[in-house]
Amino acid sequence: MAALHSDSDEDLVSYGTGLEPLEEGERQKKPIPLQDQTVRDEKGRYKRFHGAFSGGFSAGYFNTVGSKEGWTPSTFVSSRQNRADKSVLGPEDFMDEEDLSEFGIAPKAIVTTDDFASKTKDRIREKARQLAAAAAPIPGATLLDDFVTPAKLSVGFELLRKMGWKEGQGVGPRVKRRPRRQKPDPGVKIYGCALPPGGSEGSEDEDDDYLPDNVTFAPKDVTPVDFTPKDNVHGLAYKGLDPHQALFGTSGEHFNLFSGGSEGAGNLLGDVGLSKGRKLGISGQAFGVGALEEEDDDIYATETLSKYDTVLKDEEPGDGLYGWTAPRQYKSQKESEKDLRYIGKILDGFSLASKPLSSKKIYPPPQLPRDYRPVHYFRPVVAASSENSHLLQVLSESAGKATQDPGTQSRHQLNASKRAELLGETPVKGSATSVLEFLSQKDKERIKEVKQATDLKAAQLKAKSLAQNARSSRPQPSMPDAGHCSWHMPLGGVTATARASNFKPFAKDPEKQKRYEEFLLHMKQGQKDALERCLDPSMTEWERGRERDEFARAALLYVSSHSTLSSRFTHAKEDDDSDQVEVPRDQENDVGDKQSAVKMKMFGKLTRDTFEWHPDKLLCKRFNVPDPYPDSTVVGLPRVKRDKYSVFNFLTLPETASLPTAQTLSEKAPQHQGPNKSRKPSRWDTSQQEKKGDSISEFLSLARSKVGPPKQESSPLVNKEKECVPESLSDKVVNKGVDPQTEGEESRPSRDLFKAIFASSSDEKSSSSEDEQGGSDDDQAVTGEANFPSSQETDLGETSSVAQALEPAPQEPAPSFPIRKMQIDEREEFGPRLPPVFCPNARQKLEEPQKDKHKKTKEKHKTKKEHKRKKEKKKKHRKHKHKSKQKNKKSEKSSSSESTDSSDSQSDEEGTKDVSPRELLRRLKCLPLRRQ
Amino acid sequence: MAFPEPKPRGPELPQKRVKTLDCGQGAVRAVRFNVDGNYCLTCGSDKTLKLWNPLRGTLLRTYSGHGYEVLDAAGSFDNSNLCSGGGDKAVVLWDVASGQVVRKFRGHAGKVNTVQFNEEATVILSGSIDSSIRCWDCRSRKPEPVQTLDEARDGISSVKVSDHEVLAGSVDGRVRRYDLRMGQLFSDYVGSPITCTCFSRDGQCTLVSSLDSTLRLLDKDTGELLGEYTGHKNQEYKLDCCLSERDTHVVSCSEDGKVFFWDLVEGSLALALPVGRGVVQSLAYHPTEPCLLTAVGGSVHCWREEAYEAEGGAG
Repeated sequence: MAALHSDSDEDLVSYGTGLEPLEEGERQKKPIPLQDQTVRDEKGRYKRFHGAFSGGFSAGYFNTVGSKEGWTPSTFVSSRQNRADKSVLGPEDFMDEEDLSEFGIAPKAIVTTDDFASKTKDRIREKARQLAAAAAPIPGATLLDDFVTPAKLSVGFELLRKMGWKEGQGVGPRVKRRPRRQKPDPGVKIYGCALPPGGSEGSEDEDDDYLPDNVTFAPKDVTPVDFTPKDNVHGLAYKGLDPHQALFGTSGEHFNLFSGGSEGAGNLLGDVGLSKGRKLGISGQAFGVGALEEEDDDIYATETLSKYDTVLKDEEPGDGLYGWTAPRQYKSQKESEKDLRYIGKILDGFSLASKPLSSKKIYPPPQLPRDYRPVHYFRPVVAASSENSHLLQVLSESAGKATQDPGTQSRHQLNASKRAELLGETPVKGSATSVLEFLSQKDKERIKEVKQATDLKAAQLKAKSLAQNARSSRPQPSMPDAGHCSWHMPLGGVTATARASNFKPFAKDPEKQKRYEEFLLHMKQGQKDALERCLDPSMTEWERGRERDEFARAALLYVSSHSTLSSRFTHAKEDDDSDQVEVPRDQENDVGDKQSAVKMKMFGKLTRDTFEWHPDKLLCKRFNVPDPYPDSTVVGLPRVKRDKYSVFNFLTLPETASLPTAQTLSEKAPQHQGPNKSRKPSRWDTSQQEKKGDSISEFLSLARSKVGPPKQESSPLVNKEKECVPESLSDKVVNKGVDPQTEGEESRPSRDLFKAIFASSSDEKSSSSEDEQGGSDDDQAVTGEANFPSSQETDLGETSSVAQALEPAPQEPAPSFPIRKMQIDEREEFGPRLPPVFCPNARQKLEEPQKDKHKKTKEKHKTKKEHKRKKEKKKKHRKHKHKSKQKNKKSEKSSSSESTDSSDSQSDEEGTKDVSPRELLRRLKCLPLRRQ
Repeated sequence: MAFPEPKPRGPELPQKRVKTLDCGQGAVRAVRFNVDGNYCLTCGSDKTLKLWNPLRGTLLRTYSGHGYEVLDAAGSFDNSNLCSGGGDKAVVLWDVASGQVVRKFRGHAGKVNTVQFNEEATVILSGSIDSSIRCWDCRSRKPEPVQTLDEARDGISSVKVSDHEVLAGSVDGRVRRYDLRMGQLFSDYVGSPITCTCFSRDGQCTLVSSLDSTLRLLDKDTGELLGEYTGHKNQEYKLDCCLSERDTHVVSCSEDGKVFFWDLVEGSLALALPVGRGVVQSLAYHPTEPCLLTAVGGSVHCWREEAYEAEGGAG
């Protein structure tokens, strides 16, 4: 280890700067406390952050307009005395130094002012000037400004000019045809001198239809959208009385309020009159209409609201007039001329369609196939290896289900290809590699029939290989009659199974098909979790659920369609794949037991059931009570999934079987009869009865019963402990909230429970005692009794050790709820060891038939077989105890000899003894005390 | 010379009829005291619920809104609300002063046999013949119950609530006690269908009456039988039982028109008070005074101890 460390040190990569090693004696530097982490300006004054985005600092005095002295600025001087000194304060007087610095809002540094920069730079200012000019007493007072060109152009201008750009043009490659209406709008700024009027415009107007091919045009200039902030109190887009309109009589023009600012005033000299072809002169309504003037329509022109845009319109699409308002002529174009719009946009050789396009028909997207998986699965290409094909096959058949590696399974049975590879041929992928491909359809049918005739196992295997063959070739036509249902497997029988495997609902997806077959196989074996087991673990939960459904459906569907048997059965109302139902974990059961207790007025433990009960959180809140189970999500009685067919679910039914025994006991108890005179058929009392042969244990138990709440650690009582072992075990399992699946896994209905309980009691003993019991019924008691002490004594040591090995915990009968509960259950179920009851007759009557039954079943015993079975059982794992217990109880109920013989044998040996009232009492006392 | 200490009076049983209320609402299904015993509620089979001053015999208010006969009612600790349940499967929360229905809780599948407020009147617990107890939240507007206690296998005949427990008697012969603090359910098997359960006032015992004409006093914690009281007749009807104001006596209705008083400790019959000709359907015992209300047929009788003088300061 140490060596490793030293080695690995060199391999380490360290990031960052390490902390300086602490020097002795030096005090550690304290980090700057939070309150000292301040921001200061260059003069050391505190800056207070103001806003996250502005990054601004507080203004004034603590965010007020005041100063430290109050509302009066410190520089205030009463003007009363110093009237003359009153100075006019400029904005700068209210600015901080920062504002006057280079990056402040009013930098003092020398910069190029706008006056000398290009005018396009600042349209706002320009416009302001124009407006000012327009509103000035002398219109056009700023004319001089227009003449004065800035001495310096910005670098961008210089560059652009060097690249051949001219003012008034757009930027970009020259276009072949200039879009119509390129005529510079009056709104377009003209820098420097106004363009010579008339010339270009006139030609352009004429050139509308004639556009020589070899002429290219510069792209039009684009005026950016005007974002002039509104800084006045006028109405929206109000524009004062335009002197031009008044002077030059353009009142008929439709105002575009939204571009109003940009047009007009700049071109005072040039455009206004000329664009209308009119001479400068005094005209307008005020002066009447002259004889030479064409327009007389608007003598009394009034400004109506209709002349104004009331809506912000989108640009007209496709007119190529990006942003600027089209001139009036264009707008008034007639509908027929509309396609003229497309001039310049129609490619050579194309013409406008005369008919509108027929509307497209929209087809819905194709429907996905049912088994479509949205994930493409790259099937691993695993060529058959050089391994023995036989071995592979065996592997796949035996362990193949467990190993989920699709690669090894996918092709290992492609004998042809394997052979080919063994021969050194290059395998032909995707082609038919199966012999079956060369068979005629008839032959295939025959093969199928043969297969169906063969026994189940062979059919299964063959079908499997078939499936795999088919997978690599073409999908076999699914045969509707080849149905089967492994769901109904027990009913369907062999032929059904054979057929089943022939049917391949998922032949297209070999992997899936394989899983499906696996699933069928599991089903056939009666494994409840077949689905879970065969599903690909790498799939997502969604896919899994989907496939589960599909499999289940396929298994049901394809089968029952033709199977005559299945027609007799209906589908289960509940989900079939869950063989479990939710039942309350603890149930009040065995009324009969309690009834007798009530009759004896033995209220208390006998009549009381205690359950864990989870109140709703809200209810606790409303009751002002702390939630007893703050972490639990359960409400009410905790529920568990139980086997649907478990006897436990029916335990609440009054058990007639246990009742008589209870009565027996209760009758016996008061009389204090000898402990072992009467036979009690409950097999669950074995341990006690066995023990009873042991006088010491009996004595001890008596003594203990006097002491009170039991301590069960002494060895003679081990049997009793054992008795609670499996139960507490099982209950613990339940307590842990076993997830139902794992519980479901324990599908083995074996008699393991008995193994667990009587693990140590040797098989020889039980079998031998059974043998003897086989003899005569009357002997039973004697032989049993004779038998027990001897076997018992030997057993005791073993049992104790085994019991301890099995489960050390329950030996301390902590008064925990589960254990006690189970004990109650057991007691209730199998006859309460209760003191007497009043109806001995009924008891006798009831007891007799039970005995008979045992006799019969006993006769059926084949002890040899039994013996063997037990041996087998021994191998089985112990963890199925819970399940097996249930099963045992079930089997107990059913009278079928097959399932009950073993348990019956058990009960037979037990039957030889009875529980004495004292024992009963003792057991009662042994019930752990209630939590108070 | 000092006066001798007044001898502590022995418990007196209410056996003097001081008032008879002719309720005029059909058969009186249940009669209940309010929290301090100054008023009483009568549940009529004519779908109404009436609030009385039993000692004066004055009708204070009639609450109508049920769709079927009213089977049980209870008042909140602050006398501001009432709750009632009835044959219309609904549990109704009333405003005492205005007489209006504040809320109607629907959800039971059968008649509501019994209703109770919890200690703070934030929850109404209702037991129904649909074998469930539903806990309705008076605070929220949720229409669903906070929790449904459906462990019973048969109808719920009686529900009582303490500060942290819910005691429910069911026709399946079990008394279930839900302990919210411990998170446990204690189920005591009695056998015979249970008609009424109640806590003793000290909270240590539960009194259970069942259709085998027997009352049993069970230890609350262990379920052991502390006493058995027989002599009355209760084989058919859901009759009430209770303990006297100081837990000295066990009181039960009887089908033979009497009210039986047993000494709690000795179990001996102390008094068989003849009340009327019919079945004594319901009774209520004053929380602090020896005052008993019995409901026979359509009338309610108020009983006081012998020494009681009418209008003796009692409001």
